[in-house]
Amino acid sequence: MSEPGTFFHLHEEDPVEAYENFKLGMWIFLATEVLLFGGLFAAYFIFKFIWPTVFEDGSSHLNKFMGGLNTLVLIFSSFSMAMAVDAAQRGQQKKLVRNLAITLFFALCFIVVKGFEWGPKLSHGITPGSDVFFSVYYMTTGLHLLHVLVGMSFIGLLLARALKGRYHEENFGGVEIGGLYWHLVDIIWIFLFPLLYLI
Amino acid sequence: MSTQSDTHYLEAKGFYNWFFSVDHKRIGLMYLAAILFFFVLAGMAAMLVRLELLAPGEQFIDRHGYNVAFTLHGAMMVFLFIVPGIPATLGNFCLPLMIGAKDVAFPRLNLLSFWIYVLGAAIVVMSLIGPPGEAWLDTGWTLYTPYSVESSSGVIPVTLGVFILGFSSILTGLNFAVTIHKMRAPGMTWHRLPLFVWALYSASLIQILATPVVGITLLLLIMERSFGIGFFTASLGGDPILFENFFWFYSHPVVYIMILPAMGVVAEILPVFAKKPIFGYRAIAYSSLAIALVSFFVWGHHLFVSGMSNWSRWVFSLLTFAVAIPTAIKVFNWISTLYKGSIQLDSPMLYACAFIFLFTIAGLTGLPLATLATDVHLHDTYFVVAHFHYTMQGGTVIGLLAGLHFWFPKIFGKMYNEKRARVGFWMLFVGFNATFMPQFILGYMGMPRRYFDYLDQFADLHFMSSIGGFVNGLAYLFILGNLIHGIIKGTAAEKNPHGSLSLEWTVPSPPPLTNFDEIPEVHDWTYGYGNEQHA
Ligand SMILES: [Cu+2]
Repeated sequence: MSEPGTFFHLHEEDPVEAYENFKLGMWIFLATEVLLFGGLFAAYFIFKFIWPTVFEDGSSHLNKFMGGLNTLVLIFSSFSMAMAVDAAQRGQQKKLVRNLAITLFFALCFIVVKGFEWGPKLSHGITPGSDVFFSVYYMTTGLHLLHVLVGMSFIGLLLARALKGRYHEENFGGVEIGGLYWHLVDIIWIFLFPLLYLI
Repeated sequence: MSTQSDTHYLEAKGFYNWFFSVDHKRIGLMYLAAILFFFVLAGMAAMLVRLELLAPGEQFIDRHGYNVAFTLHGAMMVFLFIVPGIPATLGNFCLPLMIGAKDVAFPRLNLLSFWIYVLGAAIVVMSLIGPPGEAWLDTGWTLYTPYSVESSSGVIPVTLGVFILGFSSILTGLNFAVTIHKMRAPGMTWHRLPLFVWALYSASLIQILATPVVGITLLLLIMERSFGIGFFTASLGGDPILFENFFWFYSHPVVYIMILPAMGVVAEILPVFAKKPIFGYRAIAYSSLAIALVSFFVWGHHLFVSGMSNWSRWVFSLLTFAVAIPTAIKVFNWISTLYKGSIQLDSPMLYACAFIFLFTIAGLTGLPLATLATDVHLHDTYFVVAHFHYTMQGGTVIGLLAGLHFWFPKIFGKMYNEKRARVGFWMLFVGFNATFMPQFILGYMGMPRRYFDYLDQFADLHFMSSIGGFVNGLAYLFILGNLIHGIIKGTAAEKNPHGSLSLEWTVPSPPPLTNFDEIPEVHDWTYGYGNEQHA
């Protein structure tokens, strides 16, 4: 039914070339992510400049403990992700699966903590429409949360494929690219945390 | 697999083999069909606008209908036609062929871009027109706050559709950038690349870097309407002007996504029909990059009268003037290419020359808008409307038509009727200028844009503009009719009817599915015209 040139009939690919292409593609994609958040960061600085007291007041309502906890959680998850990439490059199957699972677990922890943070706030009537600080707060952390979810499905996919033994010394590009994405998600949080919670 | 070179890419029949095709040529052709469809739709909305403006007072549609008509026209032209425009169509078709590759770097992603485009376009069109009983979008394509937060029309679905279209644009840009970096044939160095490829590369960079910003802006607008966040709402501490800043941070560079590829097309056509090497190759190549770079720092010129400090006004004005430099470099080099050439005025060349002429007017009329004192007078008048139609239609659309006529034999393996193509060109050229020349004067006299009605003193010029508009519209039907006739009934085209030296003309017309049996090796740049006999 399907002829050459359709979805399931690709030209034969050189795996090394494909790997190089994917890596460059991922770096470019990360650049678009930075710009996506860049707009929000710009808005943060503009509004903080115009309304310093609103931002001080809003920031004091945030739970620094939970924010800090989530920062730690993400740093650990970045570490385990890096270990996973290393394991994939060396072809260590068990270590790869273990580290991917740990990363996924940390990501889940992040979401749970976030839930405990958002829940009480919303029930106390502190909503995205409260003032411009909370608009920025919910928008940035919400968009970041969305990225955590996307990252989790990415890692879940990697885990499923790792369990089937798809990754080894000759084929680890997928894990590497997933790692790049996850590190970006962490880095964005590393910037968000001090900006929203601490200063 | 060796038999593949016998079958050309057009031979595939049936929905599946097209809609699931990862072949860059088929995807380019599907894009072409799609964007031309929306071009005709949006053009009809423009006809409605000109019909209403034929005379002062209410003619055919009421004032609300008029708002809807120009919004339909603008939104569809910008988001569905001209942003994907040349890169998604001619770019998709030509890029791998021109650099000696079998396909783009990510063929499946390319198909995904197309599907995302179709999805986004469907959402935009359905919500522009609106579910029965609901109001049609009336915010203008710019969706300025605070009106877009308050308007009762379907802002959220339209914005969502445009947001989705943004993904398509980003993915195409990403795909092209990686393709140009990694997929060039051996010997195809950066300084041997066809200038169309340089232009696509520069446009891709803008697609990658600017589109996410409009993405977040649109997302914020959706959140503003659905969750009441306050980025653009003054009562919550937000700022409606911030929307304008964000919006133009994307929408100014996007002008260069539209125009750079058209400039690239012109740079391909001129040397072929002047039988001379392109003049100033590196200057043209690097000026594309320079334009892309500077384009990110001029958005403020859209806000000179919106509320902005004098200091930033001054800086944005200066930076906007800076864009004129790389642009003028291009124009001078194109003209130098023509100098002492043996010029053959076939239809692609007519379009290319018209591009230089019209785009020069577009560029020069941009300068009074970049000048602070004159902009206060001209801002939001018909002068602006005329200026950007000279860039968008006189530039991009003329460039697209130049490229369509130029690569037509390669794409379809057929020839169109050259005589009728020239007639169509002159109809368009006359109609276009008759539409928009009077608008410069109207704007200078103080006619504001987007108004449903006007004073009697503007009547003559508006009447002229409307008549020009109808000629303009008819010309497009005539031109597209001629091309469609060529596809169906045209005579078979040779491999290289124009005598071009770049790689896409070394393969049969239409090209085989895998482009090249063997990846070619490149030993020279593609512009050695006029040296063939001496060599
Ligand atoms: Cu602009």
